[in-house]
Amino acid sequence: MTPVPDPPLRLPPPELIGLCPDAWTAPFWDAAADHRLVVPRCTVCAADRFPPGPFCWRCQAQTVDWVERAGRGTVYSYTVVWHPILPDLADAVPYAPAVVALDDADRVRVVGAMTDTSVAGLHVGLPVELVWRDVHDGVTVPTWRPA
Amino acid sequence: MTLRDKTAIVGVGATPYYRRGQSVPQTPLELAGKATLAALADAGLDIRDVDGLALYSMGLGGDTSLFAQTLGIPEVRFTATLTGGGGGAAGSVGLAAAAIVSGMATCVVSLMTLQQAASRFGASYAPRGRPGAQYSAPPSPEANFVQPAGLMAPGQMFAVIARRHMFQYGTRREHFAEVAISTRANAARRDTALMRDPLTLDQYFAARMIADPLCLYDFCLECDGAVAVVTVAADRAADLRHPPVLVAASAHGGLGRWGQAITWMNMPDEYFASSGHRPVAERLYAMAGLGPRDVDVALLYDHFSPMVLLQLEDYGFCGIGESGPFVADGSIRWPGGSLPVNTHGGNLSEAYIIGMTHVKEAVEQLRGAAVNQVDGADVALVTGGPASLPTSSLLLRRP
Repeated sequence: MTPVPDPPLRLPPPELIGLCPDAWTAPFWDAAADHRLVVPRCTVCAADRFPPGPFCWRCQAQTVDWVERAGRGTVYSYTVVWHPILPDLADAVPYAPAVVALDDADRVRVVGAMTDTSVAGLHVGLPVELVWRDVHDGVTVPTWRPA
Repeated sequence: MTLRDKTAIVGVGATPYYRRGQSVPQTPLELAGKATLAALADAGLDIRDVDGLALYSMGLGGDTSLFAQTLGIPEVRFTATLTGGGGGAAGSVGLAAAAIVSGMATCVVSLMTLQQAASRFGASYAPRGRPGAQYSAPPSPEANFVQPAGLMAPGQMFAVIARRHMFQYGTRREHFAEVAISTRANAARRDTALMRDPLTLDQYFAARMIADPLCLYDFCLECDGAVAVVTVAADRAADLRHPPVLVAASAHGGLGRWGQAITWMNMPDEYFASSGHRPVAERLYAMAGLGPRDVDVALLYDHFSPMVLLQLEDYGFCGIGESGPFVADGSIRWPGGSLPVNTHGGNLSEAYIIGMTHVKEAVEQLRGAAVNQVDGADVALVTGGPASLPTSSLLLRRP
C-alpha cells in the first residue's frame, strides 16, 4: 500500500455551487449572506426544523421563529472525496463534506465542507465551528473548521 | 388478506450485461424488449399474455405507452411504478403481485433497463455546473443543503453512513473487503459477470480511495443492460415451463424520518447508521410467516459494500452493529457459509442493473439451476436499497 499523504483539504469549486431558494429556505440563505446561522423553530411545539420546510415534522404546524444559532457543533460523520467525479472537480480534491450536529439545536445536522485542516485532522466527534464561504454575489454557504 | 404465496415468478430474462455505454447502438427500448421477450420465453408465455407492468425507477427505458405499442401488448390493464429510485427493485415484483391478487391484471412484467451512455449514475446528484455541462441534478431547495458541501454522488453519501457505522460499532475496512472479495469469488465462476478476476485483500487495500472510507472495490459497476421478471397467479404457474417460485411476501417503504436519507443526512440517530430496511424487514417476515433462520440465500442490494453489512443487521442475520464480525467468520461465503450472499456476483462484480439481477438469481437458486447453487435452497431473500424511501424486499420460496 502506498503511503497516505496528508494534504490540506480543498473545497468544491464555485462553478458547481448554486442556490435556488424557495419561500421556506430563503430566510436561511438571506441570513447566511449576512454570515448568520438561523434554524427555524416551530412556534407551536418548539421542534427545530431542518432543512427549513413548510410543516413541523412533529406537530405539522407551519409557523416558525427563525432562531439564530452559534454555529458550533461536532462532526457526526464525514467522507474524504479523493476521486473527482466531474472534470470540474479535478483541482478540488481532496475535499471533505462533513455532517455536523449543532450544539445549540435539537437534532439538527448541517452539512458543509471541512476547511482549515488536513485529512489527518478529521475524526467523528471533532468539535467544529462554522465558517461562512462567500461563493458568488449573494451566495454564501456553510463550511466547518476545527474549533 | 395478504399476498402470501398467491403469486409466483415464472420467467426471468436478461440481455447481456455491458460496461457503461457499451450497449449502443441498441436503444433502451430495444434492451427492455429483449429482456421482456426472453423472460416470457423462459416462462413459456408470449407477449400477448402480458397485461400488466409493475416498475420502479423508470425501468422501462421509456414509457409504458411506447413499450406497449412497440411490442404489441394487446391490452394494458395495470401500469404502475413504485416511487423513489433503486430501492424499489425487489418491491416492483411485490407491486406485480399486488396487481394480480387484486384482480387488476393476470400476467405482469417487472423490469429494469439501464443505459448510461449519455449520463452516469456515479455522479447522479451532481449539479449542472457551468452552462452546457451535462450533469444529472439541477440545484433544488433541498439539495442546496447538501450539494454545496461537495456531496454529489451516491458513493460519497453512503461513505458518510459507512463512516458512522465504523465509529459506532468498530466496523473496519477489512469487513467491507470481505463483502467485495466474497462477491467477486462468486462472480469469477459466472460467464455473465463483467468482473471475474479474483480479488485479494492486498489488492483491495492497494486500490485507490474514492470517497474515504470507500475505495474502488467498494463501489458497484456502472453498466448497461436489462433484466425482466414475469409474475402470474400461483395456480396458473403450475402449468408453465419451470417449477414456480412463490412470492411468499413483499414489503416496501420505510420510516417517514428515514425520508430522503443520504440526500438530507438528518435521519434520527437511532437508525442513521442503518440500511433503512428495519421496518420493511419486520413486515416482510410477518407476511411470509418466516424469519431470518429460514433464509437459505440472500441477494442483498450491493451498490456499496458496507450497505450489505447494514442489511445483514436489519434483516436479523446478526445483531445491530455485529455485521463486521459476522462476515469475518466467513458467514456470507459460497459455498460453506451459513448464509451465502450475492451468489451471482451482485452489483459489485456481475453487473449493476439496479438490483434486478438479484431477483433473477433468487429465481435460479430456487429452481435449483444457479451457477453457484446453494444446496437445498428453499427460501431466498431479495432486497432493493438502501436508498431514499422506499426500500423494498421480497421473500421467495419453493412451493
